[in-house]
Amino acid sequence: MSTDQITNILVCGIGGQGVMTAAEILAEAAMTEGHDVKKTEVAGMAQRGGVVTSHLRFGRKVLSPQIEPGTVQVLLGFEGAEALRWSHYLKPDGLALVNNARLVPPVVELGLFDYPEDPTGQMRAAGHRVVSFDAMTIARDLGEIRLGNTVMLGAIADYLPFSPEVLLACIDKRFARKGEKVVEANRQAFAAGRAAVARQLATSPA
Amino acid sequence: MAAVMPQLAPPVAASRLLLSGNEAVARAVWESGVRVAAAYPGTPATEIIESVARYPDLYAEWSVNEKVSMEVALGASMTGARAFCAMKHVGLNVASDCLMTMTITGAYGGLVIAVADDVGMSSSQNEQDSRFWGRFAHIPVLEPADSQEAYEMTKFAFSLSEQHETPVLLRLTTRICHVKGLVVVGEREAHEPAGFVKNPQRWVMVPAHAKARIPGLFQRDETLRAVSDASPLNVVEAGTDRSVGFVASGPAYMHVKEAFPDAPVLKLGFSHPWPPEKMRALAAMCDKLVVVEETEKLLETEIKAAGIACHGKDVLPSIGELSPQVLTPAVDRLLGKPVPPPAPAAAPPKVFPRPPTLCASCPHMGMYYTLSQIKNIIVTGDIGCYTLGAGHPWNALDTTICMGATMGVALGSDKGRGSVDKNKRILAVIGDSTFMHMGMQGLLDITYNHGNITILLLDNNTTGMTGGQATPASGRDIHGREAPKVDLFKIVEALGVPNERIKVVDPYELPVLFKTVREEIKIEGPSVIIARRPCVLIDEFKPFRPYLVEEDKCTGCGNCVEVGCPAIHVTHRDKVIKPSGKEVELAFVTIDSQACTGCGLCVQPCAPDAIQHVPRRDIPIHIVKTTSSS
Repeated sequence: MSTDQITNILVCGIGGQGVMTAAEILAEAAMTEGHDVKKTEVAGMAQRGGVVTSHLRFGRKVLSPQIEPGTVQVLLGFEGAEALRWSHYLKPDGLALVNNARLVPPVVELGLFDYPEDPTGQMRAAGHRVVSFDAMTIARDLGEIRLGNTVMLGAIADYLPFSPEVLLACIDKRFARKGEKVVEANRQAFAAGRAAVARQLATSPA
Repeated sequence: MAAVMPQLAPPVAASRLLLSGNEAVARAVWESGVRVAAAYPGTPATEIIESVARYPDLYAEWSVNEKVSMEVALGASMTGARAFCAMKHVGLNVASDCLMTMTITGAYGGLVIAVADDVGMSSSQNEQDSRFWGRFAHIPVLEPADSQEAYEMTKFAFSLSEQHETPVLLRLTTRICHVKGLVVVGEREAHEPAGFVKNPQRWVMVPAHAKARIPGLFQRDETLRAVSDASPLNVVEAGTDRSVGFVASGPAYMHVKEAFPDAPVLKLGFSHPWPPEKMRALAAMCDKLVVVEETEKLLETEIKAAGIACHGKDVLPSIGELSPQVLTPAVDRLLGKPVPPPAPAAAPPKVFPRPPTLCASCPHMGMYYTLSQIKNIIVTGDIGCYTLGAGHPWNALDTTICMGATMGVALGSDKGRGSVDKNKRILAVIGDSTFMHMGMQGLLDITYNHGNITILLLDNNTTGMTGGQATPASGRDIHGREAPKVDLFKIVEALGVPNERIKVVDPYELPVLFKTVREEIKIEGPSVIIARRPCVLIDEFKPFRPYLVEEDKCTGCGNCVEVGCPAIHVTHRDKVIKPSGKEVELAFVTIDSQACTGCGLCVQPCAPDAIQHVPRRDIPIHIVKTTSSS
């Protein structure tokens, strides 16, 4: 079994942002499409604020759960500097979809380290294909900051080896017990995420 | 009161579920008809019992520590019930006193211990290899390589345990526990306990009885070696490229298959005792043999001792996780193949570190800010979220060793110090859950032996670092239901601390904290300051009205930044020359009012009163609903 039949998706961000939940929904979608799936993450000590990555691999048969650097087809970054941190995991023709949030940790506020001036610009300069957008503003415009997670899933929906409808069905299922209104809000967020990436690509191809 | 966890309606047999290794073990525990399951929380094993507790028809508990959890499981097994306990690697150190004698009595009802090694140390104070316990305690070790195997081997472990009357060690690692994969599940089987049978020669471990049973351990090893050779959990995969063959277990097997799909492999699921015949068969079919094991050189040493030539740690690292990326160049070098240098794009970009932080409004911040302002002290620490107090900006903890060690280390420092440290005050920090796990004995040692220590008991009403599990002092059980609530004040008093030397303080009140700590460290003898506020991640925490910075008032002094709250951000920096000629760095700040939950810790060191409540109309909706004060 060679690994090129496997889809590698890396979701990254900060503890508390919803990285693991997003990866979980993507894993469910891949599973309903009949793929073998493995999802692994390292979320270190404490509840919040640290680096979180989730590795998602699916295909006919997945062996190692860990993604190797240089093999990621799609990187879904919940934060600019975090996307940069893991950008060496991208394949040369891989695609990074990055929420351009800038979450500055206390060690930077204390003046011990610098936050990169332009993380996605740095990624582009290194030759990566990057689409960046502001998921939190999109969510806020829809009236609920918590929709940011679904905006992120919308952003990746057109870059999966299955239909966006499959992913949307998994999101619907997750929010079904919260009522029709919540489902509809998430559908809007999903569509807005898709549109944001499409718009970016139309104006400035990654 | 926290919400009661709903019980799961277990999915029907033959369902294909996406389960983590921890969830898969839990499902198998339930299906195996287990009656009693016990654990103390510990990464990466915590979710095993959390999941078990959501199944019906069994008893599950948060035990106060791992040793007790194992004793609870043993007691259940003695009645013929199937029993289970789960722990992280360092938890098994704590439980090992029970283990080393329990192996002599053996199990009656099936008895399985799941132990999870934190290979790569994502959330532990050390990295250790629990496979050693199998050798030390003469018990079989099973090592699943993914969620499906975790499920299947757990079920097998119970029958193996009953058949050979032995506890069975199910060895997991982070890459099993926290990896989700597909699992096909089955039904629960009924397992009625056969009943306790009075048998002092077996259950009363006095020298005469133990002596009579110990030869049985060695006999059991031999029996199990044959079982291992016949076991379908140990498979020789012939492969097509015989230049190098591999021995691997657990996640290492997956890495081998990924990196060398055509090589012969002995996949060990039943890894101790390992199968000698299958090992020889593998060795005979390949030119070179490489033992691929995460962390210690354990199998390799034993295989060599059996007279089989092999490689292992001569080419592979002994520290941290393995991966195909580590294996491929190492084995290529061994085979004399050219190893290409890594492509330049593969170099990780340089980005600032982002260590985990205390949460906005975390009550620990108040204590650590206080400690960071007091000079001439030694502060011993312990295991929990509050270990982060050793980091920036507080740098307030001087030691961390193991659960409960803060007490003994503090007492030893007190007794051992010479003239250099004579004028220092010694403080010991511990959390509520760690205190009940293993800190109480240490405190007793301090009071009994006239220790001159000020103990800071950080009571946040939960086991914080592992995700907010209930404790005996939280008034909740593992299901979130009401439980007897022990009184930490009374425990501390009963352990010998004079009533007037026990202070209960609010860690959000900095002046009170400063005053209390300064007073207590001056007094000879032991004292305990209980700093009480709920963890911000549990239901008991109610957010307050958030704050903002009135930018025209901020003088850039940076005092609030020293509190260490992640909701405070620096907008710009400046430098001024004081009349004395001294250059001072200024940091002007803002508060992220979405993240701020209004504890007010940053307000107190702000001299110009630049930090004010946000106007009521701007309070986030989720806080308006719950704000009861300020």
